[in-house]
Amino acid sequence: MIGKALSRRHLLGLGVGAGAAAALAACGSSGPGGGGSSVTDGVADYWSLSGPPGEPARKAAIERFNAANPDTKISSLFFKNDAFKQKIKTSIGAGDAPTMIWGWGGGNLKSYVQAGQVEDLTDWFAQNPAVKDKLFPTSFAPATIDGKIWAMPHETVQPILLYWNKKVFEQVGAEPPQSWDDIMALVPKFNAAGIAPFALGGQSRWTNMMWLELLLDRGAGPDVFNRVYAGEANAWSDPAVLDMLGKIQRLIDENGFINGYSSVTADSNADQALLYTGRAAMMVHGSWSYGIQNSQGGDFVKNGGLGYMSFPPIEGGKGDPSNQVGNPGHYLSISTKASPEAKEVAKKFFATTLLDDKEPGEWIKTNNVPIIKGSDSQFGTDPNGQFLKFVYDTSVNAKVFAQSWDQALSPTAAETLLDNIAKLFQKQVSPQQWVDNMNAVIGK
Amino acid sequence: MTTLAPPAARVTETSATGGGRGGALIWMTVPALVMFTAFAIVPLIGVLVLSFTSWNSIGPIEPTGLDNWASVLTDPGLPHALGVTFMIMGLSWVIQTPMSILLGVFLAAHKRYRGFLAVLFFVPVLLSSTAIAITFKSLLDPNFGVGSSFGIELLRQDWLGSPRLAVGVLIFIVSWQYIPFHSLIYQGAVRAIPPSMYEASLIDGAGRIRQFISITLPQLRYTIITSSTLMVVGSLTLFDLIYVLTVGGPGDATRTLALDMYQTGFSASLMGPASAIAVILVLVGLVLSQILRRLGGRGDESQQEGA
Repeated sequence: MIGKALSRRHLLGLGVGAGAAAALAACGSSGPGGGGSSVTDGVADYWSLSGPPGEPARKAAIERFNAANPDTKISSLFFKNDAFKQKIKTSIGAGDAPTMIWGWGGGNLKSYVQAGQVEDLTDWFAQNPAVKDKLFPTSFAPATIDGKIWAMPHETVQPILLYWNKKVFEQVGAEPPQSWDDIMALVPKFNAAGIAPFALGGQSRWTNMMWLELLLDRGAGPDVFNRVYAGEANAWSDPAVLDMLGKIQRLIDENGFINGYSSVTADSNADQALLYTGRAAMMVHGSWSYGIQNSQGGDFVKNGGLGYMSFPPIEGGKGDPSNQVGNPGHYLSISTKASPEAKEVAKKFFATTLLDDKEPGEWIKTNNVPIIKGSDSQFGTDPNGQFLKFVYDTSVNAKVFAQSWDQALSPTAAETLLDNIAKLFQKQVSPQQWVDNMNAVIGK
Repeated sequence: MTTLAPPAARVTETSATGGGRGGALIWMTVPALVMFTAFAIVPLIGVLVLSFTSWNSIGPIEPTGLDNWASVLTDPGLPHALGVTFMIMGLSWVIQTPMSILLGVFLAAHKRYRGFLAVLFFVPVLLSSTAIAITFKSLLDPNFGVGSSFGIELLRQDWLGSPRLAVGVLIFIVSWQYIPFHSLIYQGAVRAIPPSMYEASLIDGAGRIRQFISITLPQLRYTIITSSTLMVVGSLTLFDLIYVLTVGGPGDATRTLALDMYQTGFSASLMGPASAIAVILVLVGLVLSQILRRLGGRGDESQQEGA
């Protein structure tokens, strides 16, 4: 009898467990959380990221389009970054994608293209030369796969810059670095003063990657990574890569980065806090960091405490110092599964609203530079305007504006890259092992 | 899960002797069985099938035979992830079990202040793991955390940035969070021990420690098995805390099997190999819970002989 009682209890236990699992599943699929706009019956739909700085600007664009096209409205949904990435993948995989697929171009877009999920826009751009003419030419590279254009570049350009804290530099009596040797000379100087030379949010991994991208470009130019991108076997074995990894390891060995950098995250902006509180003297970060420091750093940016520049050249390096790395733009693709009417609405949205007079202003408000030519005429003359002008000029004048590696590569190769970069910064892999591990996923 | 098969035979036995009551019992299990099939068996079969295919969650699913299994089983990341998982499991068991038993015994006594303490102890169980992880992450921040804010040198370590300390911190937080829960289980079990046993031992001249070792611990045997099973399975599937706290870092120092599965499947878009890891995870869990069940004996002998 005891055995019988036990088995019944077990079964009931299983029932409770299953019930809990169902409840959890229900939580997991809870919708976009109040991010939706008022239009739910639009002809076309648009999904993107929620939260500042982007959401207000995106919503404004959709509202302008809907006001001008009351018969063919666009419905929009906004998701948090990670939720969006999951949701968009799942819905594309299920053949249930929104009309417009928002993204970063590069490797992810390539996986959509290979699965036949996004429209080829090459002909559309050829028929609408005015659209192409209004946008930064550099923004098209991540949208171009196998010589064809698969997405409309829009929103903002975000190069990776070298920031420095002017007050701390004054205190130590240092000048902003003009070369790699200058950087290495500044490291002991700041360490002696008890200030970390560089802030770094190492747990986020892509933060470390920005260093590798810039050092490889300044050392050898964009060719090495282009060969990796093209899927050439053993492309990471270029001696320039080992040289770049050696430079990074030396910087780590000489305590170039803040104490405990491998547990600092960029998502919480802790790395940027290190810079504006003066605990670190410099930081390599995307241009979006300016707005974050401006809003969170108290008077730091307002009082002119923040210095910024392009990453300096390396002595004897082959890379052009005007080259930039980062996000050349953001991208909207059209789903092949959408109805012909929805596709037309999306194209109209691309050609009209995304290029109208109001669009640049919405992004400038967020301290970002739109990828629309001539938007610099709308920048103010205040410090924020000067920063935007600087980003605009560096982006326009960049000989090459390369996409960040983790966006350019396929998700599989990108994960291996980030994993190995984290291990490199922990000294769990040697530079040679790093090269071997990365060669193993070329073209995957 | 593993007790699914036996009941069928036993139920027929019941219906032979007890008439209609057994039939009613079968119907009572139907909702549970339906839920279990829909949310555990079916996904499990799906994962098993996926582990023999290649899928990036966007393109078509293509069968690849044993390729995923070959790549997962030869990947040095697998033994590493298994090692980390078992280390966290073992260490947290070693720390949690004795402390939970002692706390449970302490709380079992009917004293008012202990009831108040029990409420306080229970608070960590009520908090979400993610909230706990975010809080500890801020407290342990090497530059803005407790250590550097109050200038306490001892607390000023690279808690989550050094591989050993990170594992230690994880085990500490897991223990802090779950010891109260296990104490509660032990408290109930201790209260269920017949007082007559203690009275008899008192007459025989046993002291408190002797009573604890000779009566309390043996009487808690099944509770220890239950609590250990919960801990072992819990540490196998421990994910949210690690994901928020270290994302498997520094490097791969806290990359457990569950985290490895997530990163392979959702970050690297390799659903096939991730499914193979998931199957391994299920197998490890099944084997471990079976071992623990065996350790607990067959479950049909009386625990209170002579009481």
